[in-house]
Amino acid sequence: MQAGKKNKPIHYRYFLNMGPQHPSTHGVLRVVIGMYGEYVLSIEPIIGYGHRMHEKMGESRPWQAFLPNTARMDYACALPHQHAYVRAIERMTGVAVPERAEYLRVITTELNRVVSHLLWLGAFLLDLGAFTPILYTFDDREHILDILENVTGSRLTHCYFRAGGVVQDVDDSFEPAVRACIKRMRSRFEMYDKLVTKNIIFIKRTKDIGIIDRDMAVRYGVTGPVLRGSGIAHDIRKAEPYSVYPELDFDVPTGQNGDCYDRYLVRVEEMRQSLRIIEQALERMPGGDVRTKTPKKLNLPPGDVTSTTEGARGDVTYYVAGDGTETPYRLKVRSPCFSNLSLLEELCEDMLLADLIATMGSLDLVIPEVDR
Amino acid sequence: MNQYFSDLLNGARSLIEGFGVTLKALLSPPVTVQYPRETIPVSAGYRGHIELIIDEESGSHRCISCGTCARTCPSRCIEVKGEKPEGGKRKELARFQLDFTRCSLCGTCVEVCPVTALRFSRVYGQAGYTREEFMIDVLKRAGVQK
Repeated sequence: MQAGKKNKPIHYRYFLNMGPQHPSTHGVLRVVIGMYGEYVLSIEPIIGYGHRMHEKMGESRPWQAFLPNTARMDYACALPHQHAYVRAIERMTGVAVPERAEYLRVITTELNRVVSHLLWLGAFLLDLGAFTPILYTFDDREHILDILENVTGSRLTHCYFRAGGVVQDVDDSFEPAVRACIKRMRSRFEMYDKLVTKNIIFIKRTKDIGIIDRDMAVRYGVTGPVLRGSGIAHDIRKAEPYSVYPELDFDVPTGQNGDCYDRYLVRVEEMRQSLRIIEQALERMPGGDVRTKTPKKLNLPPGDVTSTTEGARGDVTYYVAGDGTETPYRLKVRSPCFSNLSLLEELCEDMLLADLIATMGSLDLVIPEVDR
Repeated sequence: MNQYFSDLLNGARSLIEGFGVTLKALLSPPVTVQYPRETIPVSAGYRGHIELIIDEESGSHRCISCGTCARTCPSRCIEVKGEKPEGGKRKELARFQLDFTRCSLCGTCVEVCPVTALRFSRVYGQAGYTREEFMIDVLKRAGVQK
């Protein structure tokens, strides 16, 4: 924007500490911003406030005991994390999963994705100064959370998947409730279009702001809606299909410019696609068992396994190495938000402070997932 | 200049449309409940803290104090102690303590119990002033008289 700001006298510059407790950082993230007036000169995210050594916890106890931890990294979208972990264990030990369980996994995961995107939508618009939409998104979110609570037992930190299936089968009220919810959500999207997508203030605040081009996205290893917003149609559900996703028909939405507005459009379209997936999965879901019997003590054989799923924010990868005992020898989690956060430094140089907030919001950061 | 006026026009239209949405919401019935005075029913699958199942026939719990739940618990928050009564053959449950401050409600204890003596309670939205309120004496709570 204004050339030569860096050469101005040093006393015109100042540092601004955003966080660790700031509503726009959505968690305990500290961002040290070097400012010149209202312009950002440099930006340095400082992470680690929420570090709970999840990986070490996984390496120091039997693998079953790590299941609740998986839900506590990405608290907004817990099930893809859990799916990646149980898949790694299943591939390692050769435990088979009943088909009904796989369908249940897909349905609950997609519901979880919609929940996560709704939370993001409300919070993002709140960052931009629009207060109303968060009330509507939280209303929608509650309806889906009620369904998930009935199935998984909790509203946020679901612990539903097990190696070899899921904890419990759904009851008779599940299918009608989900169908009613899909119908309701479809009508709500029209409302969001009117309220948000066409809103002139929203467009002016997000269009051509925080442009991530393809090259930059690939360089930083960005995944999820942020990558797809930059025009690269990479979705683990299509690229390395897992579970029953190959049998379901859905599109991978992409953006063109890679700005905040495109990332918004991609996420909203993803919610629509998720509803499509859930509808098809409900149609095709067979009856039968939801969990195979596994021996009480299940040792992890020597060797290692990687398993990736598509979370609401990007690729979630679990690497598990076994050494013949129940406890994993090494456990590594690759969380999408860390890569998505790392490009902030390059992206936000010479930006207005208000645009920085919009850009950070559009990356959909969940800080406990970055820190782990 | 043309862009400026078209922005102005489209912008005004978009704002009016948006206000239409909020006006509609204003006139529709509220979706929230007045929480402390009103509550919504707890869903069937909800997991509260664990409790002992009381058999209707025997009027007692089924726990054999084997301690499998305490051993498998990821957070080590269950303490089970069995005592052999004088002249008795089998151990009887003497103490079943749950440290709910550490419990993550994963449900592993309920799954591993060999005699299905445990289930989730329906206690919703627990809040307290002291840490001691979350040290739950599960056996005492079950109210079994030996």
